Amino acid sequence: MKKTQNQKAWFMVLPVLLLVAFSAIIPLMTVVNYSVQDTFGNNEFFWVGLEWFEEILHSERMHDALRRQIIFTLIIMTIEIPLGIFVALNMPKKSGLWTSLCLVLVALPLLIPWNVVGTIWQIFGRVDIGLLGYTLDYIGINYNYTQDATAAWFTIIIMDVWHWTSLVVLLSYAGLKSIPDDYYQAAKIDQASRWNVFRYIELPKMKGVLLIAILLRFMDSFMIYTEPFVVTGGGPGNATTLLSIDLVKMAIGQFDLGPAAAFSLIYFLVILLISWVFYTVMINSDKGNG
Amino acid sequence: MKINTSALVMILYILFLMLPIYWLINMSLKTNQEILNTFSLWPNELTFDNYIVIFTDPSWYGGYLNSITYVVMNTVISLSVALPAAYAFSRYRFMGDKHLFFWLLTNRMAPPAVFALPFFQLYSSVGLFDTHIAVALAHTLFNVPLAVWILEGFMRSVPKEIDETAYIDGYGFFTFFRKIFMPLIASGIGVAAFFCFMFSWVELLLSRTLTSVDAKSIAATMTRTVSASGLDWGVLAAAGVLTIVPGALVIYFVRNHIAKGFALGRV
Amino acid sequence: MAKITLSNLAHSYTKNPKSQSDYALKTLNHVWDDGAAYALLGPSGCGKTTLLNIISGLLTPSSGQVLFDDKDVTNKGTTERNIAQIFQFPVVYDTMTVRDNLAFPLKNRELTTDYIDQRVSDVARMIEIEDILDKKAMNLTADIKQKISLGRGLVREDVNAVLFDEPLTVIDPHMKWKLRTQLKSLHRQLGHTMIYVTHDQTEALTFADKVVVMSEGEVVQIGTPTELFEKPAHTFVGYFIGSPGMNILPASVQGDRANINGHDVKLNTEYAKIDGKIELGIRPEFISLSSDPTNLPIKINRVEDVGHHKIIRASHQDHDINIISSEDTEISANMRYVAFDKTRLNIYADDWLVEQ
Repeated sequence: MKKTQNQKAWFMVLPVLLLVAFSAIIPLMTVVNYSVQDTFGNNEFFWVGLEWFEEILHSERMHDALRRQIIFTLIIMTIEIPLGIFVALNMPKKSGLWTSLCLVLVALPLLIPWNVVGTIWQIFGRVDIGLLGYTLDYIGINYNYTQDATAAWFTIIIMDVWHWTSLVVLLSYAGLKSIPDDYYQAAKIDQASRWNVFRYIELPKMKGVLLIAILLRFMDSFMIYTEPFVVTGGGPGNATTLLSIDLVKMAIGQFDLGPAAAFSLIYFLVILLISWVFYTVMINSDKGNG
Repeated sequence: MKINTSALVMILYILFLMLPIYWLINMSLKTNQEILNTFSLWPNELTFDNYIVIFTDPSWYGGYLNSITYVVMNTVISLSVALPAAYAFSRYRFMGDKHLFFWLLTNRMAPPAVFALPFFQLYSSVGLFDTHIAVALAHTLFNVPLAVWILEGFMRSVPKEIDETAYIDGYGFFTFFRKIFMPLIASGIGVAAFFCFMFSWVELLLSRTLTSVDAKSIAATMTRTVSASGLDWGVLAAAGVLTIVPGALVIYFVRNHIAKGFALGRV
Repeated sequence: MAKITLSNLAHSYTKNPKSQSDYALKTLNHVWDDGAAYALLGPSGCGKTTLLNIISGLLTPSSGQVLFDDKDVTNKGTTERNIAQIFQFPVVYDTMTVRDNLAFPLKNRELTTDYIDQRVSDVARMIEIEDILDKKAMNLTADIKQKISLGRGLVREDVNAVLFDEPLTVIDPHMKWKLRTQLKSLHRQLGHTMIYVTHDQTEALTFADKVVVMSEGEVVQIGTPTELFEKPAHTFVGYFIGSPGMNILPASVQGDRANINGHDVKLNTEYAKIDGKIELGIRPEFISLSSDPTNLPIKINRVEDVGHHKIIRASHQDHDINIISSEDTEISANMRYVAFDKTRLNIYADDWLVEQ
């Protein structure tokens, strides 16, 4: 659409600007402020420059948390994206009771408060009172997510898959629904195999929404806090201490404001950077195809 | 044959989604005694005591009221500032518009954990700590960018000629916006409201950090409730079940728009 | 290539159709001759797309049979019928090149690479898209995309019939004309049986050897363009075809005279006694203005000059009468009557043509 040049449009954006300035810029300034100062209490601060940043960038703790975070994000994305597409392909398309039921039930986990998601899996996985834990224990698998790191990882991953695959399903489904019937009929006439229908019709049409799905899943999984915090509290040991959990521990638990602030800024920048890379790569591949 | 395998896949997936929820419901209808001592797939001694506790104890049901209050406030604030901004982005070119739009979106990428502490200090210093409006404002951090982005997508698909025709017909901007434009993007507003509701309702970290007593959210109530005799599993489960209800209701009402809604108007 | 026979065919989208009105397609018997070009013409919702989808095998009819060369294919799928279909919205595989698009149906049938290359270049030459063979299909214009989807149909040599479902709907007007002409010459060149669904009479009349006119799920006439013009079998064909359509006036008929509101009109032949609702139909082309008071009195409401002829909008009492007269006809104030060319008059009883 051709847009008109109009500087007065700034006035329409002004409320958003003020609001976001209040809820993003001011807090961010605080963070920056802390990140370059140190204190011995009594509200006395002194300038330390980039010391905190250097410390955080070289700290084992940050490296470990980042590594865990990347592994976590990679695992859940490799499961959720293909699984989401696969389920979306099997979603009923004609409107009717069954379709409505599928949609409502599939969307349900997305609307459950994150701490409740944590609670649900905390209970579900317990060996004494949870169906999953009890069953695994019953068939002889040693499963105790509060003590065993592998079990803890298994729990938070299956929890995330449970919680977020539906987002990929619904986005892909929206993409699939926009394909006119003619395409399927033409493919039938061309004797295209099921795989070719997927490869040449469905996947290209889903590309736009899949891009959104991948971006959202990346960002949200990278920021995940509540669910693993409720289930494992970051443990056993630090086995499931992802970036956000570590940050909150540092800032609110230990009140190490300086390092926590530096940590925050680095964290934010990493997300921005990776999102930006994702975004550009995909936009470019789009152009390359055209 | 094909229909059958599809249905099978859907049934398996839904089963996977529903089992943990069923387990929560199952537990909420048991006594603590039964939860801890016998393992059963359904309640042997059906009891509603856990729910009665929640509905009679103000610290429990107050949590729900507080949550609903700030969620609604957040949705109203987010939409009312996002609407004009999205209109400006979809219709006009102005200095720095692209940078501004991108910068807005980056706020969606900000980890709440980064903001938890600064928010606490900011709202304490202006005397808004432990109020509904503090949580509502804090949640605008990620809901406003999202609302602007969704609404911009829907508005872009409304041809500009409609605006021009309305002005020629003598409508002022505000009448036009209210009477003609808003109904045209009604589904977009609905979708944006849905997402604002959703993200504000499910968030815990900020709402817990910014409240203590008066505006304490249900999520915070749940994570802080540890009774003297250890965890009260039955009540916890019942509280969890009750937090699922509003979400389920919202989904039920928008079920026919879910497909289009999740595409955010961009398919 | 094949002759297609429809025998006692009917279709309803409801499970247990009770009355005739439940049928999207009413009982139909017809033979589509091998190698002929047909058009299925009718307004939206008349059942033409339903009929097309039954022929292509995308839809199984509620009753009756579809035969390809006397072989029953009623329950066979699209693939086994070996037909090609071009849809309203151009279907191309966006991520493939044009070449791969054309080769796709052949590759799926696992033919040899040499043969595929040969066919693709033949077809590309035929539909004149050789220069863009290596471009991605995504960003091409609608008319090129439509050509590609046509090409995907033609690339298979053994195709039994080529079906078109309103293929020019989304094409720019100036390209429509060009594509239509190309289609016609392709038909002459290849001799496939072609069935072309449209609601546009110009498309139908220029493309087809025979036009099948449908209305409300029923085939009302099958004929050459000339037949449809001169002897519409049904009043619907009369006013659907032609611009403006045929004038229909209520009348009574006795022997070789018709009576319109007390005014006598001479007919070409003697009619036997006819029952039902009697109407007289005459095309605007065969009416002339006159000042002779023995003719039918009219009132002229408006004259439209459309360039190569004039359309005179007139009325006789409450009935509209349209007249087409040549550009140089002078219209004077005393021309308050119309004369009919009696050889072109048709008489209808309950909407159907009464044979002379």
